[in-house]
Amino acid sequence: MSAALSADVRPARKPREGAFDGVIILVVVLALWQGVHLYAGESAIASPLATLTFLAEFLRTPVFWGHFGATMAAFGYAVAISSVLGVVLGLVLGVRRFAGDVAEPILAGLYSIPKVTLYPMILLIFGLGMSAKVAFGVIHGVVPIVLFTMNAVKNVSPVLLRTARAMRLSQPETIRTVLAPAVLPEMITGLRVGFSLTLLGVLIGEMFASQRGLGFLIVNGINLHNVRMTTGMIVAVIAFALIANGLLLSLDRRFGRTPGGGSRAA
Amino acid sequence: MTRNRAIVLARIGVVAGAVVLVEVLCRLGVINPLTLVAPSRMVFDLAGILASGDINRDIAYTATTIATALVLSVVLGIVLGVAVHALPRVRRALDPLLASYYSVPSFIFYPLFVAIFGLNTFPLIVLGMAFAVPAMMMSTMAGLDRIPRVLLKTARVHRLNRWETATRIVLPSATPYLFTGLKLAIAYAFIGVIAGEFIMASAGLGHSIAFAYEGFDNHTMYALMLFVLVVVTVMNMSLHAWEGRLMRRRIRA
Amino acid sequence: MAVVHNLAAARGVPPAPVATLRGVTRVYDGERRVEALGPIDLDLAEGEFFAVVGPSGCGKSTLLDVLSGLSRPTSGSITFEGRPVEGEVPDGVGVVFQEDASFAWLTVRDNVAFGLRRAGVDAAEIARRVDYAVGFMGLADFAAAYPAQLSGGMRQRVCIARTLVMRPRLILLDEPFGALDQQTRLLMGDELLRLWRETGATVLLITHALDEAAMLSDRVGVMSARPGRFIDLVETGWPRDRDSRIVSESRFGALTGRLWSNLREESLRAMGSKGAAA
Repeated sequence: MSAALSADVRPARKPREGAFDGVIILVVVLALWQGVHLYAGESAIASPLATLTFLAEFLRTPVFWGHFGATMAAFGYAVAISSVLGVVLGLVLGVRRFAGDVAEPILAGLYSIPKVTLYPMILLIFGLGMSAKVAFGVIHGVVPIVLFTMNAVKNVSPVLLRTARAMRLSQPETIRTVLAPAVLPEMITGLRVGFSLTLLGVLIGEMFASQRGLGFLIVNGINLHNVRMTTGMIVAVIAFALIANGLLLSLDRRFGRTPGGGSRAA
Repeated sequence: MTRNRAIVLARIGVVAGAVVLVEVLCRLGVINPLTLVAPSRMVFDLAGILASGDINRDIAYTATTIATALVLSVVLGIVLGVAVHALPRVRRALDPLLASYYSVPSFIFYPLFVAIFGLNTFPLIVLGMAFAVPAMMMSTMAGLDRIPRVLLKTARVHRLNRWETATRIVLPSATPYLFTGLKLAIAYAFIGVIAGEFIMASAGLGHSIAFAYEGFDNHTMYALMLFVLVVVTVMNMSLHAWEGRLMRRRIRA
Repeated sequence: MAVVHNLAAARGVPPAPVATLRGVTRVYDGERRVEALGPIDLDLAEGEFFAVVGPSGCGKSTLLDVLSGLSRPTSGSITFEGRPVEGEVPDGVGVVFQEDASFAWLTVRDNVAFGLRRAGVDAAEIARRVDYAVGFMGLADFAAAYPAQLSGGMRQRVCIARTLVMRPRLILLDEPFGALDQQTRLLMGDELLRLWRETGATVLLITHALDEAAMLSDRVGVMSARPGRFIDLVETGWPRDRDSRIVSESRFGALTGRLWSNLREESLRAMGSKGAAA
């Protein structure tokens, strides 16, 4: 009863408040940024204003769009491969219990090793260029998608399947009306995590060894003492990551409302 | 029991089979030695490097950096977690930020950290912390959120003061979550520091691997890669076993 | 609530009750104001076993919270052994909650010894009391086990033992058997009666099970729908030496029937179907 009461009494979050918080956070971040700029100096990090003016200009040049396109192409291929491979593998390992139990700790082990270490091997296999970046993105992104999908399938409550049988649903009906909705929320969470890690993989690849892409521009800016370029490209990557994540989060929320469809960060 | 044994055997079989397959392919020359050296050769090379002591300084450097980043991350993460948990208004404002934090690849900040702090261990520690602190913080908050209210009531029935409630009820109750945070923090500190050394550094294991790559020294490179992977895997497995022992008595039947 | 005083007087209760509530109310202020409880007037006689029944959400748990000092009443006053109870749990009051409140990180023994260690009782005395309580609650074989290894009923016994070792003079129980199956409940009820007889403590038991109230208590207070007030006080008239076998007596059926006839309409109101009550 105390739970019911507190639910009654607790004031709902108003949208106005959320917008207000967003503005406050933005102001705090900008102030911190300016502070670091003042502390570290012009040669270390550009000021917010200088960065934004730089961006406003640079975003109009084809140079930016060339590098942006390179990153997006690698990222797009990597996401497509991770998603398809991850979901298929996850479904198979979820249905085949034995194989799933054999694979799970191996996958968990792969998940937590510093995969950067493997990048030179990827480079030796695929050579410098697009395919190495894609491969590196995939080895980052595919594992969480497999793990989340597998667990989603494994955790489908047997009582749901028994209910489906009791209602004499056909197999396609069962998949469409029971299995898919039960699995979807966790799968979307897995895709969101995999998506972020794929981006991370592609960017590390570009930062370590590449001649194109946003990651390359960030490192190159430092090497050429072009601090505005580095700061600006960091802001561009953050903006892209946040927008993409926001879209995926809203998907997560729409399909993730069912029990078991938690949307935990990280 | 027999199924569990079969699973473990199958798992060992899969891993061993993969290693043997690579070994055979390398020995037969199907895989070019300029691409990948045979696993047995990696072990041999690693033994040589470790025996020579050439790499000891880099190991010590990386280990110190990771340990420093880890300790600072855990302390800062717990402190921030407790503080934000105590301030619901701040927490509601920070929630969207934390929810999307890990979607931003923090590595991109590393060149900036280098520009600000110079090319030494400091930007590496900061990068490790940028990865690990939010994980520790979120785990701490999750642990505090999930303390059953009845336990806090019980504390009041026993008339515990704030300090006693914190040490005897809150801390032990949140331990599983803090442990999860610690595991994440360890993995993240490793990833952050080694990746940083990889991209830009003047010493350390990650730097040595990158250096060997650039010098076409595949033997050293693969031996060191093997070293990092073995260390991380052994550490993860022991943490996992420790957690299992710790949690066995906590998991409700 | 003049009825209460009359009833108490008719029973020839000792002049100084263990606990008293006078005009106690509790209002939750928030976006929507919720009157959760009262006004309540009640005297608990020394050594009495008092049960509270009421429809769900009627403020039974709120009553326990304010009586134990876990929360302050909005108005009215509460005393325990003549001293006012104000926002702190007084010495001599023990509480057993509905939820599992065993400490998962301590063994059964350490759980039971928790309060005593804090109170600075010497080790030999702690060992003696804990051994007794552990044995009394049938936990002797599990003293070194962790709560996770026990069933729900046994975990609740751990909590009761943890309260018992403190030798409380007033024991408040908030639906302690709510999560247990019917057979286990009956047996736990027997143990509670045994404990009550041996310790001589005053017991206030909150329950939603009418049979439990009718079987265990000397007196049953029937509460109305929110805001909860006592609408009936029923004397059971059982001998002090009793156990769950009294459920086969015809008077038990009559008692349970009387409780239900009082409660039916209130429960319907609590369910929000006032029309159906007629």
